[in-house]
Amino acid sequence: MKKRSLMQRLLGAPYILWAAIFIIVPLIIVVYYSFTDSAGNFTLDNIKGLAGYKDIFLISIEYSLIATVITLLISYPFAYIMSRKKESTQRIMMMLVMLPMWMNLLIRTYSWMNILEKNGIINNFLALIGVEPLKMIGTPGAVIFGMIYNYIPYMILPIYSVMAKIEPSLLEAAEDLGSNGFSKLRRIILPLSMPGVVSGFTMVFVPSVSTFYISQKLGGKIMLVGDAIEKQIQSLYNYNLGAALSLVLMVLILLSMALMKKFAGDSGDNILV
Amino acid sequence: MKKNIIELKNISVKFDDDVILDDLSLSIGDGEFVTFLGSSGCGKTTTLRIIAGFLEPDSGEVFFDSKNMSGVPPYKREVNTIFQRYALFPNYNVFENIAYGLRVRHVPEAEIKQKVSEMLTLVNLEGFEKRHISKLSGGQQQRVAIARALVLKPKVLLLDEPLAALDLKLRKDMQNELKNIQKALGITFVFVTHDQEEALSMSDTVVVMNEGKVQQIGSPIDIYNEPKNAFVADFIGESNILDGTMKADYRAYFSGREFKCLDAGFGVNEPVDIVVRPEDVDIVKKGEGMLDGIVTSVTFRGVHFEIIVDIGGFKWMIQTTDEHKPGEEVGLFIEPDAIHVMKKSKYSGKFGDYSSYSDELDTLNQLPEDEDDE
Repeated sequence: MKKRSLMQRLLGAPYILWAAIFIIVPLIIVVYYSFTDSAGNFTLDNIKGLAGYKDIFLISIEYSLIATVITLLISYPFAYIMSRKKESTQRIMMMLVMLPMWMNLLIRTYSWMNILEKNGIINNFLALIGVEPLKMIGTPGAVIFGMIYNYIPYMILPIYSVMAKIEPSLLEAAEDLGSNGFSKLRRIILPLSMPGVVSGFTMVFVPSVSTFYISQKLGGKIMLVGDAIEKQIQSLYNYNLGAALSLVLMVLILLSMALMKKFAGDSGDNILV
Repeated sequence: MKKNIIELKNISVKFDDDVILDDLSLSIGDGEFVTFLGSSGCGKTTTLRIIAGFLEPDSGEVFFDSKNMSGVPPYKREVNTIFQRYALFPNYNVFENIAYGLRVRHVPEAEIKQKVSEMLTLVNLEGFEKRHISKLSGGQQQRVAIARALVLKPKVLLLDEPLAALDLKLRKDMQNELKNIQKALGITFVFVTHDQEEALSMSDTVVVMNEGKVQQIGSPIDIYNEPKNAFVADFIGESNILDGTMKADYRAYFSGREFKCLDAGFGVNEPVDIVVRPEDVDIVKKGEGMLDGIVTSVTFRGVHFEIIVDIGGFKWMIQTTDEHKPGEEVGLFIEPDAIHVMKKSKYSGKFGDYSSYSDELDTLNQLPEDEDDE
């Protein structure tokens, strides 16, 4: 047990206060509303009522999983190539990857609406070359695409930063001992980049599964969990059901994070020398 | 009949405008312990990497066992490397690190176990199989690196300054261990270092390099006793390097007088560089030697005293077990076989006496040395 001086305790106090007010209290409120009805009596009806939302939960998970996996498949090779380039090139590439993040998510998504809609930029171009307009807005593809586009930097950057730490001499040693490209990837690069992959996976999956804006703007009638929660709270003023939905979503996210940590193996101690 | 297992022919490497290797050619005999010796930037590590296959030369060829290695990647060469900072895989324990090369070759499990065990015994790390490499000391990591390379029984082992990160005592122990391993296995070792003592003590052949060129190749004794030019003379051991003239065979002129020496084959009155090693000079009473001078400084080194004697402005260094005092007037006695004569080279005049008596100062100042001309 570390002995903390009074001074140290005082310095920590503002953060503890902040955490209490803005993190813990809201969580308690969500839990409270989940298990009470509008009169404040304890009830399990909210939880039971979630049965009807089963499909929405499933679609949300499905879309965000697909989006995350595709994002991973694109980001992994990209991050690797980036990590092997020379310093100055890496910096430029990093800037380009991060550039979209300087814009607000709402604006980014809204722009894609302009591009993908019925008389948007793509369809106008297709009309010029005599092709029938494509239906893009309102499809699952558009929603998944929106997730990928918005969150891909969050996959590239953690993977890249982990890969950049892999010393070139390790890969040379692997080659020296007989590994060609694929063997190096399987035995050295993949295991050592896992912490980055787990990190990236989490940072894309979590916001994707809980989004409401992307599905509203690009998904037309498609409704995800985030939309359901927003509807309950904003339009229907049904705080109880909204809270229950939120609670289940939170549990879901925590479970998937725990699963991923397990899957990544013991990345607890620093395995990157 | 000793064959050359590695031949380098006219290797040149440029990086932007810097010449790293300049038309370098050399051969390495099978089963030898060869050391590339030189200071940082001389091109020794680059040469090693070319042999390993991590770098393709801009021009020139590499032959391994008489086969041209152009374009052959490292994983196809029967050469293994010990890297300077070991490059052990952090995601594997000791056993798996050593087994890596065997697994890549799909060697059966039982054989892997047996070979790894043998290696662990060879490098004195029995029982360390499950140890994580981050929990190893520098010396242990080094031995894992050696085991990992040798388990594949390469024809040639390349070592890139492997002992640089170890402390003195450990380094000397490892030098012995490496030498023993090399003798026991009969593998050709190509060793890179900037430490001349290391090179002299371990090698069968030393390749002294500077500025991308080979300065001299020879056995440690030859390199020490018969340096070819002023650079080698200065780099290996301590030397007094003087400007002189060969009056005739066996007669050298320097420091204002003639000396009998053992070298011949130079032109009459040809200007030469004269090398006299500090330990080969005796300090005698003034007037009883060939030269007279004054002691300017005395440093005790444990093994001997290092005494600087000023003779006509040129500061000689003498190593002797007798103590003398600064200010003392003494004589220097130089036997014929203490004098070594070298042809002039581009390095003449760059090294010379001990007026600054510090290697760093010498290179920093780069002043023409205070030499004695007649």
